[in-house]
Amino acid sequence: MNFASKQTAARPSQPTCLPWPRELVDEGGWLALAASLAKGERELLSLWGESSSVHMAMLEPREPRLRIVTLECPEGAFPSVGGVHPPASRLERAIHDLYGLRPEGASDARRWLDHGRWGLRHPCSAPEKIESTCDPYAFLPTEGEPLHQIPVGPVHAGIIEPGHFRFSANGETVVRLEERLGFVHKGIDQLMCGASIERAARIAARVSGDSTVAYSLAFAQAVEAAFDVDVPPRAIYLRALMAELERLANHFGDIGAICNDAAFALMQAQCNLVRERILREAASAFGHRLMMDRITPGGTTVDLKQENAAALLAMVEWIELMTPRLIALFGDTTSLQDRTVGTGFVSEALARQYACGGYVGRASGRTFDARKAIGYAPYPRLTFEVGASKEGDVDARVWVRFDEVKASLQIVRQILDDAPEGPIIAAWAPPDDWTREGAALVEGFRGDIFVWLRIRADGVVQRCHLRDPSWFQWPLLEAAIKDNIVADFPLCNKSFNCSYSGHDL
Amino acid sequence: MTFLFDLVAQGAQMLLALALSPLLIGLIRKLKARLLRRKGPPIIQPWRDLIRLLRKEVVLADNASWLYRSAPYLIFAMTWVAASLVPTFATGLMFSWSADLIAIIALLGSARFFLALAGMDIGTSFGGIGSSREAMFGSLAEPATIMIVFTVSFVAGTTQLSEIAAYMAGNLELRASVGMALVGLLIVAIAENGRVPVDNPATHLELTMVHEAMVLEYSGRYLALIELASALKLLLYVSLIACVFFPVGLARHDARLEAMAIGLGAYLLKLAIGGFLLALFETSTAKMRVFRVPDFLGAGLMLGLLATLLVFVTRSL
Repeated sequence: MNFASKQTAARPSQPTCLPWPRELVDEGGWLALAASLAKGERELLSLWGESSSVHMAMLEPREPRLRIVTLECPEGAFPSVGGVHPPASRLERAIHDLYGLRPEGASDARRWLDHGRWGLRHPCSAPEKIESTCDPYAFLPTEGEPLHQIPVGPVHAGIIEPGHFRFSANGETVVRLEERLGFVHKGIDQLMCGASIERAARIAARVSGDSTVAYSLAFAQAVEAAFDVDVPPRAIYLRALMAELERLANHFGDIGAICNDAAFALMQAQCNLVRERILREAASAFGHRLMMDRITPGGTTVDLKQENAAALLAMVEWIELMTPRLIALFGDTTSLQDRTVGTGFVSEALARQYACGGYVGRASGRTFDARKAIGYAPYPRLTFEVGASKEGDVDARVWVRFDEVKASLQIVRQILDDAPEGPIIAAWAPPDDWTREGAALVEGFRGDIFVWLRIRADGVVQRCHLRDPSWFQWPLLEAAIKDNIVADFPLCNKSFNCSYSGHDL
Repeated sequence: MTFLFDLVAQGAQMLLALALSPLLIGLIRKLKARLLRRKGPPIIQPWRDLIRLLRKEVVLADNASWLYRSAPYLIFAMTWVAASLVPTFATGLMFSWSADLIAIIALLGSARFFLALAGMDIGTSFGGIGSSREAMFGSLAEPATIMIVFTVSFVAGTTQLSEIAAYMAGNLELRASVGMALVGLLIVAIAENGRVPVDNPATHLELTMVHEAMVLEYSGRYLALIELASALKLLLYVSLIACVFFPVGLARHDARLEAMAIGLGAYLLKLAIGGFLLALFETSTAKMRVFRVPDFLGAGLMLGLLATLLVFVTRSL
């Protein structure tokens, strides 16, 4: 949209979402879309609620386009998608917990994020006060003589995020794993509601600390789409640089941590050296180790100095030297390969059904990457290879991470070479005219992060929905550990490395 | 006079084992940290941890029985007695006349039995998992140890460890059967002490633990006793391997003080070498799957069996 067309644009009757329009559908249309999801014609990206409507985002087949639809539900109920398409189930349970909208015909009516400890029911829409207790939770039954249950968490022996895992095991073999999450619910939806854009950007950056750059970028892109802000080219490149540095740091951290869970601490020691150097270079270049709050709607808050660019280039050269050695250490240690190969298998069909992104999807043959598929700037101008595998085991998830490391190194090099000079932030202010909506799909290190937001005429966020890639990865972990042994769970879990915080909101 | 001297020698070796065992753990941790390019805690840190634990309050589960409370004392006592039966720097231990190698294995087996019971006592699932895994490993490790004991006993003509050590020190020669027994004992020692690749002593992952899972609910002085007992067990195995297979520098029980001093120096050197090799091995390998451990221990058992057969065959020729 150029300046002239903006002048002539009339106030839309219904806030239309940019860059992908949001359509209203009736129950029939909603059910038809749910059926097409179940048939695998489309892929589910997200499902979220508001006080009296539900929204669904889908990926259209074979074109880089999202489809966002809305169903009004003044009766407080909507036809369940999860009943026919299981990946939607947990999202619907979360909608029910937060907004009190009932999914009719759902296969699972248990509460998900709400454990009965908030003192409120559906806090985001017409909250009801209740006695703050702990709701009983009926885990799915497993029957049979030799089966026994192993409850693990939410507090673990190590310092990790809280989550409860209920294993039903036959001796050492896992028959069923059921996750129970929601222990780090922070009320992000509520915090976003009524926040100014600056404050909302800071909240978005704190949804999941290890993906802070990706979340900031996704939020900024959604705001920029809603207000049609032109981001300066240098800022676009700097954002991609930060995103790739975050990806590199997290992948090295993960590779080391996976090996450490097989008691191979040597790999972790080496990987942490690399990760630490990335974080230190990030701190000296951008003023924060994790680069939190460095991306803001309209651009970036810090510029990259010449000497920092040189230091980053030196670091890239060093990592390019280190990576083959780390690959050799991983691939040639037979005791380690014995643990990772064949462990925690996820089938391609399941990865496609759950539209699972990131290394989990890519290791199982679903090569979706928002950088390529959506092709947001500057990625269409850069050349890089997205790794893929069809093996679907822990080993494949490590190899895909190595492939992504190579891709990110390629990208960082190109950015350092090609980044144009110029301003780093666009001068803009939310115009005081009408309610706007924007959406964005950004590739974080775990997978695609989806953001949809609506900003009122007075520049205040009315509703912001952030969907972490982990929503579709957690259920696959349950499938991956089935028929493995209990002692292999930490290895599988670390190879997924799903976010608790991003999921529990 | 000899009696008094022997008593002092025995007492000195017992206290030495007690004092050195946490230091051996500390040394291994330090070496592993250095191999991973970290500084690592000081070697004395395990002692500091033990003293800290002794000062701490004990937190007990409501349904803990008398067994749970008495098991740490039993485990510690049995392990210490077993450790005091293994010659460190001099042979001819006084206690050797009352208990032989088979008694050492029986003591360690009893300690394992009580630890496994204590692991199940409170009824948490991790304790149960740890106990079941420990029982599985133990049922393979103990026969393997017995086979190895038979081998060295046949070679030396006695089951008394002091005499075996004295015989080995006096007849330094290469024997295939003893070599096999050594490899078998190394495998057993790694499994028995819960080291990588069988168990990871540094893990924080409750689902993969074996030894740590059984003691997960212990705290305060009980935990200190169990930790000290497991340190003693590691020292016991290193001492056992050193005195039977590498008895260089081992002093005779009637030797003069200078020889004793040389024996002590040689012993400390052997401990350091043992610790270094263990740290190196642990750093270079990943932990194996729980169900691969029986294969690993099975190899130890087969080596012990072959060694025993080999001794028989060579004898009869």
